[in-house]
Amino acid sequence: MKARVTIMPQAAVLDPAGVATAQAIGHLGISGVRSVRIGKSIDLDIDGMTKEQLHQICRDLLSNPVIEDYQLEILS
Amino acid sequence: MRVAVLQFPGSNCDNDCLVALRSFPDVTAELVWHQETSAEGFDVIILPGGFSYGDYLRCGAIARFSPIMKAVQQAADQGKLILGICNGFQILCEAGFLPGTLIRNRKLLFRCESVILRVEENATPFTNKCTPGQLLRLPIAHGEGCYTADEKTLKELEEHHQILFRYCDDQGELTTAANPNGSMENIAGICNRQRNIIGLMPHPERACEALLGGIDGRFIFQSMLDWKVKSEE
Repeated sequence: MKARVTIMPQAAVLDPAGVATAQAIGHLGISGVRSVRIGKSIDLDIDGMTKEQLHQICRDLLSNPVIEDYQLEILS
Repeated sequence: MRVAVLQFPGSNCDNDCLVALRSFPDVTAELVWHQETSAEGFDVIILPGGFSYGDYLRCGAIARFSPIMKAVQQAADQGKLILGICNGFQILCEAGFLPGTLIRNRKLLFRCESVILRVEENATPFTNKCTPGQLLRLPIAHGEGCYTADEKTLKELEEHHQILFRYCDDQGELTTAANPNGSMENIAGICNRQRNIIGLMPHPERACEALLGGIDGRFIFQSMLDWKVKSEE
């Protein structure tokens, strides 16, 4: 089975890389992008795990709940 | 005083810490590899700067699961002193020993320079040789040093006098220009509520020799030594 974890900085947390990327989009000559937030996506190949164990991995290691939120999807 | 300097894969200030500590009389300092499971017999544990595990995932996120971290927990519970410098501060935050976390510097720059810190509290094992409001000049070298916490945490840090150092200008003013990384409230270093665990982004071990540009880092190490001597009296 495959699981995908998407981790994003919380709305209140400064994302300077996102701000810099939004500016670069402006320099590309395309307007209309109001803001950019950069997170990460992590794919796990899993076997015989409970949902709770997966959430524990997300909570305790893959994301830092002080600054990030995660979303867990089971892909197949 | 016996000091353990932890060594993670990617630590790079471990030997600087040893050299700085060994310049004090009555200090024994040893490296302890991250795979060790015991830190018995040490009075102080230092988590040095560097890029443990290549900063993969987040700074300090993987180091916190090293076997030695259980020994750090035990030592912390026994009231021993734990000092996290730079990457060590990031590890202590990731491991939940200290509140909040350190994120990418506001301007995305890796800042490698001297900064001025204002000592906010001196009733701690790490700052008792300083006077409140004293200015220290210490080097920084980090890309992820922007201290971040929610409002409630910041309020609690204030209430319990846990903010030990703030970035300031040469007059001691907490200006935005003097804040090298965008840290909330100009925070450069904090301690836990029990006051035996401290984390700071600047490097005291790099400011222990006049030849290398300054000796203000000695205030922090001397404070720890004196605290240890006093606690045994």
